[in-house]
Amino acid sequence: MPKDGGIGASTTRREDVRFLTGKGNYTADINAYGTATAIFVRSTVANGVIKSVDTSAAETMPGVLAVFTGEDFAEVGGNPAGWLIHSRDGEPMKEPKRPVLAHGKVRHVGDAYAAVIAETEQQARDAAEEVIADIEELPAVVDMAAALAGDNYVHDEIGTNQCFDWGWIEDNRAATDEAIKNAPHVTTLELINNRLVPNAMEPRASIGTYDAAGDSYLLQTTSQNPHMTRLLISAFVMGIPENKLTVIAPDVGGGFGSKIYHYGEEALVLAAAKKVGRPVKWVADRTESFLTDAHGRDHVTKIELACEKDGTFIAFRTETLANVGAYLSNFSTATPTFLHGTLMAGNYTVPNVYVNLKTVFTNTAPVDAYRGAGRPEATYSLERVIDMAARELGMDPVELRRKNFIKPDQFPFASAAGLEYDSGNYDALMDKMEAMVDRKAFEERRKASEAKGLLRGLGINAYVEACGIAPSNLVGVLGSRVGLYDAATVRVNATGNLSVMVGAHSHGQGHETVFPQIVGEMLGIDPASIDIVHGDTSKIPFGMGTYGSRSLAVCGSAMVRATEKIIAKAKKIAAHMLEASADDVDFADGQFTVKGTDKSVSFGEVALKAYIPHEYPIEDIEPGLEETAFYDPANFTYPSGAYACEVEVDPETGKVTVERFTACDDFGNVMNPMIVSGQVHGGVVQGIGQALLENTTYDENGQLLSASYMDYVMPRADDLPFIAVDHADGTPCTHNPLGAKGCGEGGAIGSPPTVVNAVIDALQSGGKDVKHIDMPLTPARVWAAMNNA
Amino acid sequence: MYAFEIERPSTIADAVKALKDEDAQALGGGQTLIPTLKQRLAMPSALVSLTGIGEMQGVCLADDGAVCIGGATTHATVAREAAVHYPGLAGLASNIGDPAVRNRGTIGGSLANNDPSACYPAAALGSGAMIITDKREIAADDYFEGMFATALDDGEIVTEVRFPVPQKSHYEKFVQPASRFALVGVFVAKFADGVRVAVTGASEEGVFRWSEAEAALSANFSADALSALSVAADGMIADLHGSSEYRAHLVKVMTGRAVSAAT
Repeated sequence: MPKDGGIGASTTRREDVRFLTGKGNYTADINAYGTATAIFVRSTVANGVIKSVDTSAAETMPGVLAVFTGEDFAEVGGNPAGWLIHSRDGEPMKEPKRPVLAHGKVRHVGDAYAAVIAETEQQARDAAEEVIADIEELPAVVDMAAALAGDNYVHDEIGTNQCFDWGWIEDNRAATDEAIKNAPHVTTLELINNRLVPNAMEPRASIGTYDAAGDSYLLQTTSQNPHMTRLLISAFVMGIPENKLTVIAPDVGGGFGSKIYHYGEEALVLAAAKKVGRPVKWVADRTESFLTDAHGRDHVTKIELACEKDGTFIAFRTETLANVGAYLSNFSTATPTFLHGTLMAGNYTVPNVYVNLKTVFTNTAPVDAYRGAGRPEATYSLERVIDMAARELGMDPVELRRKNFIKPDQFPFASAAGLEYDSGNYDALMDKMEAMVDRKAFEERRKASEAKGLLRGLGINAYVEACGIAPSNLVGVLGSRVGLYDAATVRVNATGNLSVMVGAHSHGQGHETVFPQIVGEMLGIDPASIDIVHGDTSKIPFGMGTYGSRSLAVCGSAMVRATEKIIAKAKKIAAHMLEASADDVDFADGQFTVKGTDKSVSFGEVALKAYIPHEYPIEDIEPGLEETAFYDPANFTYPSGAYACEVEVDPETGKVTVERFTACDDFGNVMNPMIVSGQVHGGVVQGIGQALLENTTYDENGQLLSASYMDYVMPRADDLPFIAVDHADGTPCTHNPLGAKGCGEGGAIGSPPTVVNAVIDALQSGGKDVKHIDMPLTPARVWAAMNNA
Repeated sequence: MYAFEIERPSTIADAVKALKDEDAQALGGGQTLIPTLKQRLAMPSALVSLTGIGEMQGVCLADDGAVCIGGATTHATVAREAAVHYPGLAGLASNIGDPAVRNRGTIGGSLANNDPSACYPAAALGSGAMIITDKREIAADDYFEGMFATALDDGEIVTEVRFPVPQKSHYEKFVQPASRFALVGVFVAKFADGVRVAVTGASEEGVFRWSEAEAALSANFSADALSALSVAADGMIADLHGSSEYRAHLVKVMTGRAVSAAT
């Protein structure tokens, strides 16, 4: 059936109709009768001892139904970290409890220590102002190096601010040290990967509902993975049995990682709903989003690249401090380790890699996975130091990379950082990028800029990342406390249309459009007759949700496996209907045909037979046509890319303007090119935002200075150029049935170093010997660097 | 937001009366006040909206050629209706904030608030405008008294602003990239009897006149005339968007660009 709407078609997104006409159903849109409002009382200091919290005045305020403090949750569990990392000396990481509400101490500005439930939002806000807390402010721990050196602890009970001191791969340490010591050339760079605030368009929101009749709970919440949220609440935090808790993530307005995690507000609204006997709703305001959503990045790194005089790479070595903030968020210990250290060989045949990484508690918001999650940090460090080395060696930056690329005939390739890349063709990507950029004409463009008094630079970059997260056995060895398979149930209805229940959650990715394209193609039926069901734990199989560019590669593969089971069973039913052996039945274009004859039945006729099993071989085949598959990937997937950026720098003001951006990606097989282009556009915009604009700033007291859009700089349309993208002709993933690698993060991973490399190139062309500027490259920073050079 | 009463007078006299209440607060376009209220940082008992007062609306020409703008006139209206009479002023208005801000925000509200990074104070001071209130006329040179401070008394309303029209003028703004207020904005106006240069966004004291530049440009109205001048960093704003040195540097750069672009 219609190839037009099948795999590879740029079908327009069916979900956009409701989103663009205001018909989306977001958590804040849900208003059951009698819903009360929760407002949190949050710390205004970064570090302090809670001496007392007096709720008596608040409790008597109009409309107030209940007031909670940390004391109320002292006996329930904490929100755990999902990965157990061991330090180099074998010690397990430090895991201080993360309570539902702060108890004993507040540890960052925005840390909630009380919550008020009232009839209306106004009443709850009024009462929240009457919660009287005696909090003794302590000096804040903000700077990571100072946090490690001092004895002012974020968590007194662990007696250190270091969560762990990790070596990857520890057995390679000595060889890497030796290689660097003896190397003819070593380039060293110290850099900061700046902290980012996720800024999903929809702030977090949660509604708890308790049904006394069944002693059961419903949580409607802004989540990227409702089953994971349910598991965490059930098994670790609240002890509500999984069969008594339904978690629904309805339409969700963007996540970028920040909605993977379980947050205390979700537990609070459930407890409150039971106590007050009504649904309890909380919707974050934008300030709460800034202060309490898990932030991203925040690494301080020293990287060394050792190479031969001819540019052949010998070793990479890094020392990194990674901020985890005040508490361990669910993925916070995996992000800087196994999503970062394992990528530190990049696209290169370099034989020696060693990563040392210390994670540090500070009095700041928790830090966790944000679009790219560890891999942008790896790519940034690598591609900045390689660019610097090219300049020192007097080599062309493209040629230096090509010289060290893994070549197409070397795949599968075991990298020095411990991964096995299954497929790729980095030279082909570079060829394509150079052609699209028209590099030969760059000097003319540079002259034209100079004629306007502007400096022009060209930055290039190559990346490889690991996504399609992840093989459960492998991540289990690495410290994961969960599996990372996914699941899908394909339900063929009696009349031949389909409902497909998937573990992945769509919050901007377009699953409702793309997944039917795949199943429609496999079954030879119209994708419009297939609907995707996601986000409701009472309807979908136990999948692990959407992050790490995994939905298609992992959940999509589960969906393929389930559809294959459907076809196998349908073939048996068709064989019976056609009075033939199943082996003699072919299935193509939605028709089952007996080989060598014109006898056939349609898929729809078989579906009907499955549900009205008259004249049906009931002894051999069960009625019905519904199959579930769980898919656990054999390996990560490894998207890669070659990016280029051209900037103009105003030497008088330091202002950087991105003039051109080119992104050539290898995402393996592409299901819907239009949606993939959109993913790249969005990722590149976030990367340009990180490189030039996004300026998360805590002062020495732990106050977030950039806590609103009056100071936090989000990229806007007029900050951006046309973005040229190409993701055709990828090398298929060799180990999943779709050959797909995942496209959600490449843009955000590949773009920051591309932009910074371009700015440095521009400044160098203007005779300014600026070797590095830390992101974001604001006009003030660029101007200061030029004037200090 | 706390609860408050709202009043919508249709005459200046009624507005003045409504503002006699101690806790009443005038509401122009609300571009600063409404976000402040939403964060519960202010608790007025009543808001007195000025936007429905007909006599405070619109752009007209006085007999002496001055451009008169009603205090409740939006930036978008100024951008549109002052373009023929005073392009430098209209150009400034057309680049304040974004379209939503320009269609709500008013010139009177901006001048009464006197945000140190707002654009209009530079135009008023740079033009030597007259600020007209419900009870007096205040020359711009006497009106601005520092960051968020003006010569206005409590409850006094900016009803009109009268701008003398220079021979040439231009406003050059280097935006603070998040808020799109001026990180540094410079309004240059060349009159028959001399040049005025007003700087916003830069100083901890709010908008100010750069007198050395005025003298140099009055002698020679070209960017080259500024080459020997420099601006001291002392007293300049330093924040996460730029140091005081950077702002001092930008004052000179933006002044030069304003002079070159003046028409």
